[in-house]
Amino acid sequence: MTTNEIKAAAPACDTCPFHHTANLMKLGVDMEDWDYVIALAGNPNTGKSTVFNALTGLHQHTGNWPGKTVTRAEGGFDYGEKRYKLVDLPGTYSLLSTTLDEEIARDFILFGQPDVTVVVVDATRLERNLNLVLQVLEITDRAVVCLNLMDEAQRHGFKVDDRRLARDLGVPVVPTVARYDKGMDKLLQAICDVATHRTICNPHRIQHLAPDLKQNVSQIAAQIKAVFPDLPNARWVALRLLDGDERIAEAIRQGELGDLTSGAPPDQSNLIHPIRLETV
Amino acid sequence: MFKEAQITANDILSSAKAARLQIRCNVHESLVEAIYTDAARIADRAVNRPGDEPRFDLDRTIDRLVTSRTWGFPIMLLLFTLVFWITISGANVPSGWLFSLFIDVIYPSLKNAAEALALPWWLSGFLIDGVYLSTAWVISVMLPPMAIFFPLFTLLEDFGYLPRVAFNLDNFFKKSGAHGKQSLSMMMGFGCNAAGVVATRIIDSPRERLIAIITNNFSLCNGRWPTQILIATIFIGALVPAHVAGLISALSVVGVAIFGVLLTFAVSWALSRTWLKGEASTFSLELPPYRPPRILQTIYTSIIDRTIIVLWRAVIFAMPAGAFIWLISNINISGISIAAHMIDFLNPFGLLLGLNGVILLAYVVAIPANEIVIPSILMLTVMVAGLTNISPGAGVIFELDSQADTLAVLNVGGWTLLTAINTMLFSLIHNPCSTTIYTIYKETGSRKWTIISTLLPLGMGIAVTFLVAQVWRLVEAIL
Repeated sequence: MTTNEIKAAAPACDTCPFHHTANLMKLGVDMEDWDYVIALAGNPNTGKSTVFNALTGLHQHTGNWPGKTVTRAEGGFDYGEKRYKLVDLPGTYSLLSTTLDEEIARDFILFGQPDVTVVVVDATRLERNLNLVLQVLEITDRAVVCLNLMDEAQRHGFKVDDRRLARDLGVPVVPTVARYDKGMDKLLQAICDVATHRTICNPHRIQHLAPDLKQNVSQIAAQIKAVFPDLPNARWVALRLLDGDERIAEAIRQGELGDLTSGAPPDQSNLIHPIRLETV
Repeated sequence: MFKEAQITANDILSSAKAARLQIRCNVHESLVEAIYTDAARIADRAVNRPGDEPRFDLDRTIDRLVTSRTWGFPIMLLLFTLVFWITISGANVPSGWLFSLFIDVIYPSLKNAAEALALPWWLSGFLIDGVYLSTAWVISVMLPPMAIFFPLFTLLEDFGYLPRVAFNLDNFFKKSGAHGKQSLSMMMGFGCNAAGVVATRIIDSPRERLIAIITNNFSLCNGRWPTQILIATIFIGALVPAHVAGLISALSVVGVAIFGVLLTFAVSWALSRTWLKGEASTFSLELPPYRPPRILQTIYTSIIDRTIIVLWRAVIFAMPAGAFIWLISNINISGISIAAHMIDFLNPFGLLLGLNGVILLAYVVAIPANEIVIPSILMLTVMVAGLTNISPGAGVIFELDSQADTLAVLNVGGWTLLTAINTMLFSLIHNPCSTTIYTIYKETGSRKWTIISTLLPLGMGIAVTFLVAQVWRLVEAIL
């Protein structure tokens, strides 16, 4: 598994800066003048807001308690002559169940189709954090893992092998200490590489499914592929259908998933839920 | 197999439905299990732990202490008393500097400038004695304590102490039928109720969120600390020997704050058994690792983010309030100023509550910002009593140089120990300031709940002060 393959040419739709503009606007993102949209996901209290501040130079308040970011924050930055819009999603442990936070984060990654999803990970609690990473990687194959709080991992006396992790996950992994601005330049470079298709990810897909389930998943995924040939996450959509996820079933019924792949403006009558944009 | 052309979205859904019936295992569990297995395997390969754990785990030791059944609460009280004590004692000196700058230096030169420009008395009175002085008072009284309190509070927050407080208080909130995360929004309320109301967004259940919003007002906010501190210092501190006066008055302020916390529990309990019935929902609270705060950055951001914003709000509200007081004190109807009319009207009711008309009028004037309660009381008292030798002029918000002077003015106004105690109580239990009311409306989107959150504490405040006054007078009569 390599993460740094150079793809010769991307399909025209994918490279257009306003590829998913309509979906993003529907999710409440101001879409004026941005080349790429970056989503920032992660467990609560991993320093997402700190990474957000470090990247944007904003001073969104950060605090050492879970759930600090009660509203979605947005900011922007320039890098390599491109403009990036950064959206700080609510911190969640998973994207499976149905709390509002998880739904907001999931909908944004799935329907907003950000150009890159950065998953901020607490290096001292890697295993639990990877649960979210693996779910994100099921939905999108354009992700960067920000391995944050490396100083604390060191303080607790253990090492995290970021290169091994990158190989296993199939996406770039950047060790950082966001509070002290360490590794942010490398993180920016990795985000830029994925956004511009210089890095093509080959994300890990969940393997240890029950055999019974596995077979059904591949069957339904094949059907989904047939109807929505460009969908990058047919297998995940199939899994959600089998899990009885009504929101996804609705998206298939309404053809919203098809809109994602063609870039056509989605049906406005089917608004997910308006997300109010405020910063506290 | 299907042929591509024939498959439609509905086919996918129906075959998924069929497969769901056919699959024997629980899909959700199987999926979660698969995720956990993969995560564990990948994490195991990437993380390299040295042979033995560190012998002394500092985090765990601290946690055992601050969340212990025996020491948890004393440590909590001690830490917050410390924060308030540093705020109270540290703010005095810079407050004095700002005050003498604004009042002793700038105020006379503004007056001179107005005279040089030959401004009419009502214009210079309105602008300088009304608008300018009220603004100056609010800045000099509010800026130093906020510039100390907010960074200290933020440091505690960044260090990771707040989730431990939530952990300690969770049981009480659960017994009150409220959400454990309410302790976090309550803590924010000690800084500013409007911020506390916004912070209730972390509570998912609408029922528990409403409880948290309605009771947030019982967290003594920043605008009310100065009132508590001043009254406690000159009335309660005066009851005891001088060398313990500071400690006793500080403790009585902390006592009022704790009473507010108890009211939070009581009202949450009552609400969750009447209008907002329901079970307390469970939640998982991660106790994050302790992190050494970045002190300079924290001070910078908390001053920019919190102090300046809250101060700006106070200034915006103080300016019109100052102008209003000046106007009602200087416009006469049938020979008596409007303010005097209002005070006469409110006085009988005020006395019934162990307060007086001046205090009630001051609370009406101070609806936009609790910070201006004390200056309004002093100004109105002086005006009614006709103490021309103290006040720079009718309708001027001012602060007296020494606490002895303040006491003298309040004694002229007929204040007793009962008035002082009930003023402190009423400051804790009355309607939220207008910013908070507006924030509640924005957050709940409901007029009904906004009105309830406004009138419930007001009604309770009237009831509590009335009861205290009656009991007090009864005891006085018996003795």
